[in-house]
Amino acid sequence: MPADDPGAANGSDGGAVSGVPTGPKLITTRFDQADGYTYDGYVRSGGYEALRRALTAMTPDAVHDQVKTSEIQGRGGAGFPAGVKWGFLPDGVFPRYIVVNGDESEPGTYKDRMLMELDPHQLIEGVVLASYAVGAAQAFLYVRGEMALAQERIAQALNDAYANNLVGTNILGTDFSVDIHLSWGAGAYIVGEETALIESLEGERGMPRLKPPFFPAAKGLYLQPTIVNNVETLSNLPWIINHSGQDFYDLASPTSTGMRMFAVSGHVNAPGVFEVPNGTTTFRDLVEAPEYCGGVRNGRSVKAFIPGGASAIWFFPEHLDLPLDKATVDQAGSMLGSGAIVVMDDTTDMVAACWRVVRFFARESCGKCTPCREGTTWLERILKRMLDGNGRPEDLATLVDVCESISPGLAWPPKQTTICPLGPSAVSPIVSAVERFRHEFDHYVEHGRPIDGVERHAIHGTSGVAVHV
Amino acid sequence: MSRLSDHHVIVANDIIARCPRPKSALIPVLHLAQEQDGYVSTDAMEHIAELIGITPAEVYGTASFYEMFKFEPVGKYCINVCTNISCQLLGAWELLEHAEERLGIKSGSTTTDGMFTIEDVECIAACTEAPALQVNYRYRYRVTNEDFDALVDDLRNGALDDEIPPHGTLARVRQTTPDNWADTGRRAQEAVDAR
Repeated sequence: MPADDPGAANGSDGGAVSGVPTGPKLITTRFDQADGYTYDGYVRSGGYEALRRALTAMTPDAVHDQVKTSEIQGRGGAGFPAGVKWGFLPDGVFPRYIVVNGDESEPGTYKDRMLMELDPHQLIEGVVLASYAVGAAQAFLYVRGEMALAQERIAQALNDAYANNLVGTNILGTDFSVDIHLSWGAGAYIVGEETALIESLEGERGMPRLKPPFFPAAKGLYLQPTIVNNVETLSNLPWIINHSGQDFYDLASPTSTGMRMFAVSGHVNAPGVFEVPNGTTTFRDLVEAPEYCGGVRNGRSVKAFIPGGASAIWFFPEHLDLPLDKATVDQAGSMLGSGAIVVMDDTTDMVAACWRVVRFFARESCGKCTPCREGTTWLERILKRMLDGNGRPEDLATLVDVCESISPGLAWPPKQTTICPLGPSAVSPIVSAVERFRHEFDHYVEHGRPIDGVERHAIHGTSGVAVHV
Repeated sequence: MSRLSDHHVIVANDIIARCPRPKSALIPVLHLAQEQDGYVSTDAMEHIAELIGITPAEVYGTASFYEMFKFEPVGKYCINVCTNISCQLLGAWELLEHAEERLGIKSGSTTTDGMFTIEDVECIAACTEAPALQVNYRYRYRVTNEDFDALVDDLRNGALDDEIPPHGTLARVRQTTPDNWADTGRRAQEAVDAR
């Protein structure tokens, strides 16, 4: 049981032995540096050079242009190009805000926490660069409530950055000023949805706002123009400014640019977080290559895998050779989402796996929209009674029917009867598992137990949260 | 049980002053109350309402939405076992079962001596380190049953006091308001609000 010491991400540069695509580390370079999270450690390894360069030698538009040229796609889940998003800000409307989404909670996702714990100054530098580019005088850094170490490291980094005139009034002697205010949540997955995050920042219950407006760039925090960016997205900005948007664009495929962090968990020999060439690396590379996960545990085979977080449609062995490319994965009927790959081997009980993901959404539904609040709860109950051996012959049809009410047509990308995508996300695991492993559900209903040869879990918890209303 | 201490009022007012609108300070200030008492008391919520200039009902309305806020005392150590998909695949339920047996309580409850609370929680962003848990939001990775037993022993005999503060304390480093706080965002927003 290693102590509270996040493992280092493994880069793909150097020592490639199996012909996987390689590239430089952009944002994980300090993960192996013992003092990489401190001000001194950051500056010693080239930190804040991009900020100095931008503020003294580049106009805000020039910084924005570099980000546009890089075509960096947002790393939070939707994959929307950051430079385009910034362009949605209405001209001449101030104040405007930058909000950093550090509410990493999508099951399978583990990379923003690493970036916040191990390189907080890199994120802060990215926030100041973004604020300069769009003309924001205040930025909010919202960290997930459960991440105590990330909050500590960022608080210390902000105090040091202020003391060294890298944030605050007249940064580095220029006439640019911006404040960064550290805030944090208190346990609610839905706050990762950007309008819910804004509600939470305003001190409200974290419920998504009705759309339109579709982008907070029009009306966001305090109904002012607001850009919400993910931690990983902003952490890339110092590299882009130190090199160029074109350099970033040239690293990988034209439809998924730059390097990107992926967390691979589940039934692999060496689970880990890897910064790899985006768009050219394949799922199989990550799962099988010795420099990454080194294959499925115990020499077994892949039964299914989640390609982009719990909200994604599942993939199967025939998808392993797809590249980690947004356009390709979208076209294949799922998404790369938040860079979270969960591998399930051939001993996995698919009904149990499906139930666990659905339980997550049922528990995290904010309750604002009826189809999601009621629907996810019923989906969870039906799946749980199957697992408990009390499944009914009509249950499978009921599951699909409830799914239809949340996401009509069960298409991808999902249609929704809800304000935000949380409800439809609970449909993904059911559509995936029922379509492919219908016999496993039928077997549960008929025999009250899983098919032979799958691992059983000691599932017994309900919603075991202490003394909560 | 109590209102915020004088010290916590100073910290709270500092946070409130940094926000363009006072209510934005609500969640961080609720955490202060939980840090003081280990949970969020009714008195503290009334006090927070006064400090921010909203009603106690608004404070409770927000607080009750978020899972981390407790409205009754919990254990000195809250042990949160992740059972989400990556952890389930690698034995989280078995770990939770062991934790319940070892402490003699069910998930969601607290030992009679007030030392430990167990919760089964959703993904804590440590998926590659499954099965994972948090003690008062400090991580433990790839936890075996033996690891769990050693953890409980260490918590009981104080060996982890430096690393793991009592429940309620999150970050032990706070952002301070420096002399060069620009305050342009707040002033601009106040001008907008005044229109």
